Amino acid sequence: MSCSVGRVFAQSLAALTLAIVACSPQTTDEQTAPASDGELAGKLVTADLATLQQDDGEWVMASKTYAGTRYSGLTDINTQTVKQLGVAWTFSTGMTAGHEAAPLVVGDTMYLVTPWPNVVYAFDLTQPGAPVKWKYDPKPLGASKGVACCDVVNRGAAYDQGAIFFNTLDGRTISLDAATGRERWVAQLADINRGETITMAPLGVKGKVLVGNSGGEFGVRGWLTALDENTGAIAWRAYSTGPDKDVLIGPEFKPFYAADRGTDLGLSTWPGGAWKTGGGTVWGFVSYDPELDLIYYGTSNPGPWNPDQRPGENKWTAGIFARSPETGAARWFYQTSPHDLYDHDGINELVLVDLQMDGGTRKVLLRPDRNGLFYVIDRTTGEVLSAAAYVHVNSNRGIDRKTGKLIPVKEKEPRQGVVVRDICPASPGAKDWQPMAFSPRTGLAYIPHNNLCMDFEGMEVSYIAGTPYVGASVVFKAGPGGNRGFFTAWDPVKGQAAWQIKENFPAWSGALATAGDVVFYGTLEGWFKAVNARTGELLWQFKTGSGIVGQPIAYRGPDGREYIAVLSGIGGWPGAIVSAELDTRDATAANGWGGALGDLKDASTRGGMLYVFSLGGSR
Amino acid sequence: MMRNARAFVLLVVIATVAAATGCGGGAAERPTRVLRVCADPNNLPFSNQEGAGFENRIAQLLASDRHATVQYTWFAQRRGFVRNTLRAGTCDVIIGVPSSFELALTTRPYYRSSYVFVSRRDRALHLSSFDDPRLKRLRIGVQMIGDDFANSPPAHALTARGLVANVVGYSVYGDYSRPHPLSNIVDAVERGDVDAAIVWGPEAGYFAKASPTPLDLAPVTPQIDLPFLPFVFDISMGVRREDTALRDELDDFLVRRRREIDAILASYGVPRLDAAAAEAN
Repeated sequence: MSCSVGRVFAQSLAALTLAIVACSPQTTDEQTAPASDGELAGKLVTADLATLQQDDGEWVMASKTYAGTRYSGLTDINTQTVKQLGVAWTFSTGMTAGHEAAPLVVGDTMYLVTPWPNVVYAFDLTQPGAPVKWKYDPKPLGASKGVACCDVVNRGAAYDQGAIFFNTLDGRTISLDAATGRERWVAQLADINRGETITMAPLGVKGKVLVGNSGGEFGVRGWLTALDENTGAIAWRAYSTGPDKDVLIGPEFKPFYAADRGTDLGLSTWPGGAWKTGGGTVWGFVSYDPELDLIYYGTSNPGPWNPDQRPGENKWTAGIFARSPETGAARWFYQTSPHDLYDHDGINELVLVDLQMDGGTRKVLLRPDRNGLFYVIDRTTGEVLSAAAYVHVNSNRGIDRKTGKLIPVKEKEPRQGVVVRDICPASPGAKDWQPMAFSPRTGLAYIPHNNLCMDFEGMEVSYIAGTPYVGASVVFKAGPGGNRGFFTAWDPVKGQAAWQIKENFPAWSGALATAGDVVFYGTLEGWFKAVNARTGELLWQFKTGSGIVGQPIAYRGPDGREYIAVLSGIGGWPGAIVSAELDTRDATAANGWGGALGDLKDASTRGGMLYVFSLGGSR
Repeated sequence: MMRNARAFVLLVVIATVAAATGCGGGAAERPTRVLRVCADPNNLPFSNQEGAGFENRIAQLLASDRHATVQYTWFAQRRGFVRNTLRAGTCDVIIGVPSSFELALTTRPYYRSSYVFVSRRDRALHLSSFDDPRLKRLRIGVQMIGDDFANSPPAHALTARGLVANVVGYSVYGDYSRPHPLSNIVDAVERGDVDAAIVWGPEAGYFAKASPTPLDLAPVTPQIDLPFLPFVFDISMGVRREDTALRDELDDFLVRRRREIDAILASYGVPRLDAAAAEAN
């Protein structure tokens, strides 16, 4: 052999790569701000976050407000006019991973962060077609893609005091000048080489930006970290496991239930040193009550051991923390799934509302949990006021009102080597990360969620990092009714559904509610739907190019018109289904993943695209 | 049909490139075949980007046998590995997978290894059984997997015997910034962080061989916990389900070049439980 064709190919490829690099637009240093820079900066600096989030022209954080309601007071698009919605403009990200982010709108600019490689775009909303104003490429490590669990998503950026904050899959939090895209600081918080990633949308509170880690599957120890917004320096870090001093549990900690009182429960509720790798990561949304001055967030499932390998309640995983934003000091904790058996992360969003119930006004937080229960919790004390099942649940019998504890169902416990059928809900839960919305006009929570059960069918041999092992063969399937998803309007006071829409696939997008009494959500097939907030009647729908797993938002453009924006681009957990990975289970388990979701790959293909809609569409 | 067509196109492209770049030797010279291997770039003793793993060596042997050159698709061997490599069509063979692996069509097994007890020789523990009463008192390291409801077989075996609090978990992925992430658990035995560890044979054999501190290795007993928890696994090569022709070709190679493959495995200290082990003795 006189020549290696392989090498020739490699050389050609290298040359091609160089050419691409040379032609790509410059990022940070040579980014030029538009002429309106000063004007924009002026608008940004004068308004603080507390004011901006109440302005329905803006969408300054993933959940719209600190309360996490995803409710817009805009009314132009309403039950009467919504039929006129049309596409105003679009933008292709050119990426094929799951697009879970919420766009932000601050002043005349929209901001978008993509899945890995986590490129940030700023769009000029004053110009036709909203051209790109600046672009920032954080160039995350390529390795982070291969080592991240569950696709390479990002759930959005945050804004405060003229700065954009976002997280990269390879564990950095980055602050950019909102007007120019210039980098302000970079903080390396998580170590990708140890399996830690960051996918959540950060939140700015009182001069600090709050960031939590992901990677519970890899034996990482969960934390929420507060960084100084101006410098990126760590102000405090609260771990989800370990001794009280690491969890920031001190004299202010007053949990409602006895099970959460005691010294160093983050150690004593674990065998040996299992707390060191115990999970409890913080990859969901953070809420904040300025009046009580408390932040609220959930901690993920315990890991990476199986339940029988970690006897104990495994605190402080799979539960809800209330903390001071200044110091991180814990105020209360409530564990939704003590000694979690099903991978029921406790990271789902917490929506803060004041409800009329029991003859008075209660300051509550609403939590649609993975375990199938919709919790109404007094957010001052951590007392559970109600916990009603919002899907078919047979793996628990609700909670014991006296102890606050989940009541497990013994015969539905997964056990090694034992066949257990029809466990409901399945591991992704009654609802995964996809955030609900709440409308104060209707008093209803709008929940995109799943209707999935699972079978534990013996064991199968798997292989990872050169190491053979044995795992349970878990087969997911549709719950009662045969539909795999629901979009449910839930009355938290009555503890029952007001109306419900059956979805063929799990509803995996965020929800948006508006004062026009219209509620928006997307489906895995790619339909973006507007339904009547009071009746659930389908008012309008548009078929986007890919399945929707993003978070829809509403804003008022510089032209004074109302716009609705959403990212389309299937991925995240469903991405594994669209791929062919689960084909073998088609053959071996007729009622399994294949039967449950194998048809998804025929219903949707990959590809990220931002869609912006307005009445009458493009003009 | 599809596969054959694609293979033909590939050959034509290669021939064309060779001709166009002027480095082909003309009509008399056979175009070089490319063996496309899916592998982890940082997973010693199995594979790495420098070609230092035994799977790299076996891939080279295979390539020379088939008059081909090796072309790697590198991807961390974690969840999504098969989906992003073999199934994405960017490569055609995984050098090592369990013979009963469901995500690929597997060849005949070419080695059988076992999870082994690893301990310092100076401790003279001579552990070999999961039912050894001393396990209650010792600190035992095992690898953690972290997929839902799955873990390393020794971790399950210890739990089933009520051994939980004295068991220490080490990530099966190790620290990926290091040149040999999988050594973390054997390093812990060397340092005395744990009294013993139970590790998959090829990993234990390789790192024990490299250890300045003499270590004892012994396959675990029993070989299987009923109803279905094996500690011994056959390892094959894996191809796409429909690539039966390639599978047959690999089977043929594995039979003809068995002694050289055995020699490679032996040079990496892979503990064997199959015929090769008996022959070596």
